[in-house]
Amino acid sequence: MSTESTDKHLDFLEHHFSTPQQQAESAKLGMWVFLLTEILLFGGLFLAYAVYRSWHPEMFYNAHLFLDRELGTFNTVVLIISSLTMALAIRSMQLGKRKQTIWMLVATLALAAVFLVVKYFEYSHKIHLGQLPGKFYTFDGIEGNNPHVFFSVYFLMTGLHGIHVIGGMFAIGWVLRRTIRNDFSSAYYTPIEMTGLYWHLVDLVWIFLFPLFYLIG
Amino acid sequence: MTSQAPTHHHILPFRTYMLVTAGLLILTAITVGISYMDFGVFNLLVAMAVAVGKAALVALFFMHLKYDNKIYLMVFMVALLTLGVLIFLTLADTMTRGDIDIEETGPINPRAAMYLKDTTSAATPDSLVEGRADTAAVDTTSISPGEE
Repeated sequence: MSTESTDKHLDFLEHHFSTPQQQAESAKLGMWVFLLTEILLFGGLFLAYAVYRSWHPEMFYNAHLFLDRELGTFNTVVLIISSLTMALAIRSMQLGKRKQTIWMLVATLALAAVFLVVKYFEYSHKIHLGQLPGKFYTFDGIEGNNPHVFFSVYFLMTGLHGIHVIGGMFAIGWVLRRTIRNDFSSAYYTPIEMTGLYWHLVDLVWIFLFPLFYLIG
Repeated sequence: MTSQAPTHHHILPFRTYMLVTAGLLILTAITVGISYMDFGVFNLLVAMAVAVGKAALVALFFMHLKYDNKIYLMVFMVALLTLGVLIFLTLADTMTRGDIDIEETGPINPRAAMYLKDTTSAATPDSLVEGRADTAAVDTTSISPGEE
């Protein structure tokens, strides 16, 4: 009886790991190495931002006035709260409270959707005005050299971030489905934890995008 | 059941998560508030300092780096260090290109060999070699090959 229940409890343990702890720590190390590549992926774009801003400081200032500071602040708060609900989803599963985890994951998904809806309105406003990257830039009214460069960097960075938000929603949806299916317990919740790390990184990137574009241009 | 004990990670109290979130929201309010005032370069510095503070809160508490095995913190720091080197070295190039633009700033060292022809355009190569002493504008002693 006792061996049977132990086996059932450990059926998440893959045969090439000797203990659940080793398995969990391996997964987490792999996840962190992936996050390292993500930081460098966004890092290249942050570098592009720094170079262009140092070349055209006045143009960056004039162009950033066309971003909506209120909407940016709202989205920042939305992402912070979604990071909280994600962290609480993991905590709930650590305590074995499956129902709570489900609601926290649903809340995180909803907040991610709110972020994207706000982003949609911001983007469509800019597309309407012709504040677009490169040769698609048709707006007339920003002083300084090469204002299209600002919007190239803006759309590339917030666009890549938006793609990550969508990717995060798929990951959250996946662990939500598995939580509902009763795959996890206080002994095994690695996929939720990895999704959480990814989601926090998405928040981390936005923490830098927000001031650089909306506040100080 | 004892075999599962090690899988239990440090579970943070609910209070900690709420305090961290409150800190993040307060820092957001500060950085937005300051953006409405004009402190010149100071604006950029404060905004970046606040962003780093917020990032540290997220990484240390939400991502558990403070409590986990320190090897994850190390991977994170390697990423930041690499990014720092990338940004520093690239900006050291792109932000100083004008410094050696001869059209804008003139020669860094007017007596450098590469400018010799321009600065002594009146002088012929012969006079440079023979009339070294009377060439007041250019001291060619250090730049003539084989004349050490």
